[in-house]
Amino acid sequence: MSTASELINQLRAFLPPDAVLHDTEDLKPYECDGLSAYRQTPMIVVLPQTEQQIIQVLQLCHKTHTPVVARGAGTGLSGGALPHDAGILMSLAKLNRILEIDPLARSARVQPGVRNLAISDAARPYGLYYAPDPSSQIACSIGGNVAENSGGVHCLKYGLTVHNILKLRVLTIEGELLEIGGKALDSAGFDLLALMTGSEGMLGIVTEITVKLIPVPEKAQLVMAAFDDIQSAGNAVANVIAAGIIPAGMELMDKITIHAVEAFLHAGYDLNAEAILLCESDGTAEEVADEIDRINTIMKSSGATGIRTSRSEAERLSFWAGRKAAFPAAGRVSPDYYCMDGTIPRKHLGQVLSGIETLSEHYGLRCMNVFHAGDGNLHPLILYDANTPGELKKTEEFGGKILEMCIQAGGTITGEHGVGMEKINQMCLQFKTDELQIFHGVKAAFDPQNLLNPGKAVPTLHRCAEFGAMHVHGGSEKFPDLPRF
Amino acid sequence: MQAIIDQITATLRSAAERGQALHIQGGGSKAFYGHPRAESAESLDITPYQGIVNYEPTELVITARAGTRLSEIESILREHGQMLAFEPPHFASTATLGGCVAAGLSGPRRAAAGAVRDFVLGVRMLDGTGRDLHFGGQVMKNVAGYDVSRLVAGCMGTLGVLLEVSLKVLPLPAAEKTISLEMNAAQAIKQMNQWAGKPLPISATCHVDGQLYIRLSGAETAIHAAQTQLGGESRADDETFWQSLREQTHPFFKPAASLWRLSVKSTAPEYHLPGKQLLEWNGALRWLVCQHDTNNEDSDSAAHVIREAATAAGGHATLFRGQHHTTPVFHPLTPALLSLHRRLKQQFDPAGILNPGRLYPEF
Repeated sequence: MSTASELINQLRAFLPPDAVLHDTEDLKPYECDGLSAYRQTPMIVVLPQTEQQIIQVLQLCHKTHTPVVARGAGTGLSGGALPHDAGILMSLAKLNRILEIDPLARSARVQPGVRNLAISDAARPYGLYYAPDPSSQIACSIGGNVAENSGGVHCLKYGLTVHNILKLRVLTIEGELLEIGGKALDSAGFDLLALMTGSEGMLGIVTEITVKLIPVPEKAQLVMAAFDDIQSAGNAVANVIAAGIIPAGMELMDKITIHAVEAFLHAGYDLNAEAILLCESDGTAEEVADEIDRINTIMKSSGATGIRTSRSEAERLSFWAGRKAAFPAAGRVSPDYYCMDGTIPRKHLGQVLSGIETLSEHYGLRCMNVFHAGDGNLHPLILYDANTPGELKKTEEFGGKILEMCIQAGGTITGEHGVGMEKINQMCLQFKTDELQIFHGVKAAFDPQNLLNPGKAVPTLHRCAEFGAMHVHGGSEKFPDLPRF
Repeated sequence: MQAIIDQITATLRSAAERGQALHIQGGGSKAFYGHPRAESAESLDITPYQGIVNYEPTELVITARAGTRLSEIESILREHGQMLAFEPPHFASTATLGGCVAAGLSGPRRAAAGAVRDFVLGVRMLDGTGRDLHFGGQVMKNVAGYDVSRLVAGCMGTLGVLLEVSLKVLPLPAAEKTISLEMNAAQAIKQMNQWAGKPLPISATCHVDGQLYIRLSGAETAIHAAQTQLGGESRADDETFWQSLREQTHPFFKPAASLWRLSVKSTAPEYHLPGKQLLEWNGALRWLVCQHDTNNEDSDSAAHVIREAATAAGGHATLFRGQHHTTPVFHPLTPALLSLHRRLKQQFDPAGILNPGRLYPEF
């Protein structure tokens, strides 16, 4: 490894002075991503503007064995873009151009720093948009979406990032260019496009993405149903699916969330409800009319205590506003919150929520629950105060327990936020040694020196051994009373 | 069932030790597809490991063992008003789930609904050293670990022996209707792409013999409205027609010297290549039937022209059926990608015993 000053000199040989940052105050903004509980100052930050510059940065890192962490907009929630203390943090924010929109072929070729929503904005004049819509879409970059395989509220019907991209230009740690995927719907050989998507910057650096665009639906309409217990709301979700409907979006909020967002936004949510279910239909006017009618009938027969159907686009957006404001509302009722991201088979929703309630009492920390109900993706928001000594640690322990419950329910520790640094210990619980070895093998096939985002996403076997020893105390688990599945 | 897994594991371990190539065998319905099995390969029969493990219609997930017949899966789904939306071809009644995922082929609904890999949620597999591995799961969203379950979809069995697969399933459309319009290929390519950019309930497209076929799926009212907008003639034989494309029993596919599958940018202009063409997937899939002498160097140069044409349109060409002298079945990879494929193969199957040469002659 080279010293910082040696690296800075070599970087300046091909990067302009303002694209190489190393003063403490310049490095500060890069010390964390959207998960601010994890912080680390990088040795150097670089802001390349061209693919050629990225190649040179990578070649330098490769030659000098310097770790390199790629970063998009830094909105990630799992610490995936947490810098390496002896490494280079490479921001791709300056690669922010939409290179081409092909309306007839319904695709867009973009650089990784382009914001998710900017793609849809650029496509809209052609009646097209980019479907995955993570809640951070106004800020998050498409490169980060590829790294995390981001979802959003519409992904049950329209899929995740992996379903909506056609091609990637990827640079290996050696600076070699790989063209993965193509303009066709499939490509020859292994499905490397799927392997790259969600690989958290561990396998290569994406320098260009071709995304699919789909037609903007003619119409969208939303049903908002209130329930006096959360299980009935969960059953209503199952009943919608059983009726052969795939809603464009289906979101569930628990009571504490309803109260937090209502106090914040006054969206007209029913404060007596134990749960509110939002169910959206989109498509042609005829499809929507047919579906909304059936959804209404199902909500009634599932025991909804109140049902409202949006009568205008403005009203639809106002129903959504509360759900979309869940995170800021959490920030308003608590100094800090910690967002979890487990996914479970929906039938276990009731049990998992009651397990969360038990944990909430045990730790003395409140927890709001919002749920992408259609696809089983649960976002518990643990409310805490980072200034209270020990509370963050308690919160992390609480969060860890929620994830373990998701695994036991037959689910996963992360539906869309990624493992990053945050859930690395829980990876030891979800995967066996043999599977982790395959992951390390995949990593080695791309990056044998382990320089790309090292230490993230896949725990070392050593780490898992230590975590396992910590995890089980005297041969018994810490929460014998928690529901197990 | 564990006894069967134990037996397969033992076979794998012994073969790995001896460096004995294995030919993973399901129903044999796609034996024609890909490079032929290595002559020295011993058969590894997966069909005894069959049966549906779990199916809950309201969770939209089915998990079944690799040896389960595709027809059994589709029939239980149909009973519950659901389907495999990627409409995999069977090619024979013996087709299995494992073969379907390993071959990675999808049918007419692919452009609208997605491919096999888009519906794979998780797999249980044995690698080339007999390790029992689970990737992905039974839930719709899962980003823990690399997406190995989608990586193995379409790998022709070269990375592992599939044991179980969990697939996302979708409801059957309330109604379907097919219309046809008379036009030439160039007009059809333009028309299909224009309509794909509009919010229309189109679930499949095909152009053959001067006719554009469009399948509409969804609520009756939506289909009716779309038909009014698109025009064309209603077809009475609609289900049979799409079935004949999916299973390649349509007269277009009658045995010929070779059948090429060109997967290209949907808007690529009509190809003027020798032979007959059939278009699907809004123009993104083009089938080419060629009559020629297959066993000389001319046939290799004809193949080269076809591959060049596919490459120029951002895609690739597969020699789906038939042979060309020394032409490989799958589109050759760039040296960088080939080397990456080999390194990945090495991680999953260090002894190189799983379906060697079936995907690429190099591994």
